[in-house]
Amino acid sequence: MSLLKVEGLSIRYGSVVAVDDLGFAIAQGESVGLVGESGSGKSQTALAVLGLLPANAAVTGSIRLAGAEIIGESEAQLNRLRASKVAMVFQDPMQALNPFMTIGAQLGRILLEHRVAAGRDARDQVISMLDRVGLPEAPRQYAAFPHELSGGMRQRAMIASALLAGPDLLIADEPTTALDVTVQAQILDLLEEVREDTSLLLITHDLGIIAGRCERMLVLENGHLVEEGRTRDVFRQPQHEHTAGLLAAALRVDRTDIPEPKEGEEVFAVNGAEVSYRIDGGRTLKAVRNVDLAVRAGETLAVVGESGSGKSSLVRAALGLVPMQAGRVVFCGDTLAPRLKNRSQATRRGLQLVFQDPAGSLNPQMRVANIVAEPLIVHEPQLSTEERKRQVIAMLEKTGLGPEHLRRYPHELSGGQAQRVAIARALILGPKVLVCDEAVAALDGTVREQVLRLLRRIQEETGLAIIFITHDLAVVRAISHRVVVMYLGGLVESAANEALFAAPMHPYTKALLEAVPVPDPDNAGGHTTVSGEAPSVLHPPAGCTFHPRCAHAREVCRAARPEHQELGQTTVSCHLAEELASGRR
Amino acid sequence: MNRSMKIFGGILVAVVVVALVGPLISPNDYLQTDFDALLQKPSFEGFHLFGTDDLGRDLFVRTMLGVQVTILVAVVASIVSLVIGVAYGAIAGYAGGRVDAVMMRFVDTLYALPFIFFVILLMVAFERNFLLIFVAIGAINWLDMARIVRGQTLSLREREFVEAARLTGVSPARIVFRHIAPNLFGIVIVYVTLTIPQAILVESFLSFLGLGIQEPQTSLGALVDAGVNQMEGASWVLLIPATLLALILLCFNFLGDAARDYFDARDQR
Repeated sequence: MSLLKVEGLSIRYGSVVAVDDLGFAIAQGESVGLVGESGSGKSQTALAVLGLLPANAAVTGSIRLAGAEIIGESEAQLNRLRASKVAMVFQDPMQALNPFMTIGAQLGRILLEHRVAAGRDARDQVISMLDRVGLPEAPRQYAAFPHELSGGMRQRAMIASALLAGPDLLIADEPTTALDVTVQAQILDLLEEVREDTSLLLITHDLGIIAGRCERMLVLENGHLVEEGRTRDVFRQPQHEHTAGLLAAALRVDRTDIPEPKEGEEVFAVNGAEVSYRIDGGRTLKAVRNVDLAVRAGETLAVVGESGSGKSSLVRAALGLVPMQAGRVVFCGDTLAPRLKNRSQATRRGLQLVFQDPAGSLNPQMRVANIVAEPLIVHEPQLSTEERKRQVIAMLEKTGLGPEHLRRYPHELSGGQAQRVAIARALILGPKVLVCDEAVAALDGTVREQVLRLLRRIQEETGLAIIFITHDLAVVRAISHRVVVMYLGGLVESAANEALFAAPMHPYTKALLEAVPVPDPDNAGGHTTVSGEAPSVLHPPAGCTFHPRCAHAREVCRAARPEHQELGQTTVSCHLAEELASGRR
Repeated sequence: MNRSMKIFGGILVAVVVVALVGPLISPNDYLQTDFDALLQKPSFEGFHLFGTDDLGRDLFVRTMLGVQVTILVAVVASIVSLVIGVAYGAIAGYAGGRVDAVMMRFVDTLYALPFIFFVILLMVAFERNFLLIFVAIGAINWLDMARIVRGQTLSLREREFVEAARLTGVSPARIVFRHIAPNLFGIVIVYVTLTIPQAILVESFLSFLGLGIQEPQTSLGALVDAGVNQMEGASWVLLIPATLLALILLCFNFLGDAARDYFDARDQR
């Protein structure tokens, strides 16, 4: 008999149907993945199973958990089921943990509420659970508040709290989306390791995670279940076109059709960039330390790094949006003034930026037509209104939008459309360099694929140089000619796309590549050899900043900061690069 | 426009129209006393719809006049506070740094003064007049407006669409005018609809204390003050202006809430 049986589940908010006639089952000990794009009803389904839907949701159908019906059950009865029968791991543990209670106190309460244990006994159980989920020095973490833990540690504590009362079913809703890729691999490994015979419903938008971690998978589209089957079968032979579309749009780090190397003129370069911020208490945060980058016409340079690596600070400083303490920015042979206000209009025209959040980068009170026309008004005031309008329409058409979008406001656009408008605004002056700051991170898989294809097409037509900042290595693989990897504000490795993915020189690059999940059940990857998380940028380790997490670290790594050195076409900053490279061959 | 905006806006418009038209069609005058009809109950006799006061003056005309004066004082005072507050706040917010610090410390200093006593002193020191009331109320309200606008400007300045404009080379004046000001509009309109009732209350309070509008001119606050003295024998003298005052305050408050919902909807996501 199945542990969870959902039949004819429908969730409505007024006239909006979030989930429609959904049915599936999960057996004891099984791990099932639930995928779908945003708004497909994944999280709604999870909340329904926990009986946590808001009061204005109209729920019909049946959800039976270990024989007990959830829908229509009293709050008191649901409270008994939660934690002891079904538990949840949320995306953002900072939201899910109470900031005013110590980890130990909130976990202890679960045992108390469910009459499992109390007092000293409860304390021992909590500490042993914290130990099991890999929190170092568990007794100390027991007394810590959530904000004292790092993101990964918080998610471990969250998993501990979910498993504490021994539930039969664990629901994890995007449990690693907020985490860096190496930490993601650690957390997913942990989930697999500690759940034992607890069933797992893993909700994610990342097909790579499903491929590596789930036996079966469910695909949702607009609240409908469009496909269900064994993960391997679904990946190999998707029955529904939506699934096929999702699989086709999923970017893979092991793809072979990567951009051919480009030989062009160098249009934009940053040398020896140093960026620091003054923060509270008169301390200085060194966000970027001595980084070089250069991009040629027609080429895409990817800048990769996890959160806190300084990738955004670097390009913002290069664009003049934040002050740069040292270093030189060269654009088409001219050294630029460090501050934006001292740069010429011609320079501004040639350097444009596309932001991560498409909605936030468009003025909510302006219509699309005016947003895209504004650069023209500033730089080519002599144009007539008709001529300007003609150019705006032509530009929107290039980015795949029609004249019907001209009079819309940003909130009337989807995420993908808004990002196209932002791209149109950036490109209407015909810039030489386009900087994309996580420009596709907020978009769903299929839309992301379309936007990337659009950028590539425009690049081929115009010879635009693109600097693409991202944390996603699959995106890097798909679009870049060359790659710069950053860690804690420093340059780690700089190489051509092909070389970097085939033979990473730096142990950190290698760890990143291993940790990326691949949407292929036979070769899913997504495991990691590095331990721990990146330390705070405020207190970078002495010597090589990566040494505390590096498996190869020696005395020299702890003592001295490595210089950038050239090995073939690759620049790498690691004391052991040569040795590790020769060891591999 | 949402439903409650239409309802409460409609009530307010109706009240104002009646207040403007009523005195014109009534045969009575706000000054004219009738010693044969002191404290007369509301009736159609002599067209004393709201009755008369202790001097035999027609209360319908006086109440309508009171509504006119009260709303005029409130609206003008709010516009004064709007103009000063938005200009001051937006300049402080967009300039930032030292300019911002000096300007806002000045506001903080003014905040520390007990303004009602300040106003009472003004009223006592100078001859009471209409203008002084506008100035006094405006001087209280612009401080809040300046703080709100400055805070909003500070956060707007960091928004990505402003960065995009700076990067393109859009001039600071155009950024303030085209990108920041329209996004302040929502919060400012909401705040104005909420400062109007506040100004009405201050004016009524001053008039109630006998420091506001001078006889034979009147306002709702002054009428309530007069009504309190007659409350035992002739309750309508108090109840009618008090009810109207409450109705107007409620309408402005609900209108403010509705306006906030309306403008929030556009900025969502």
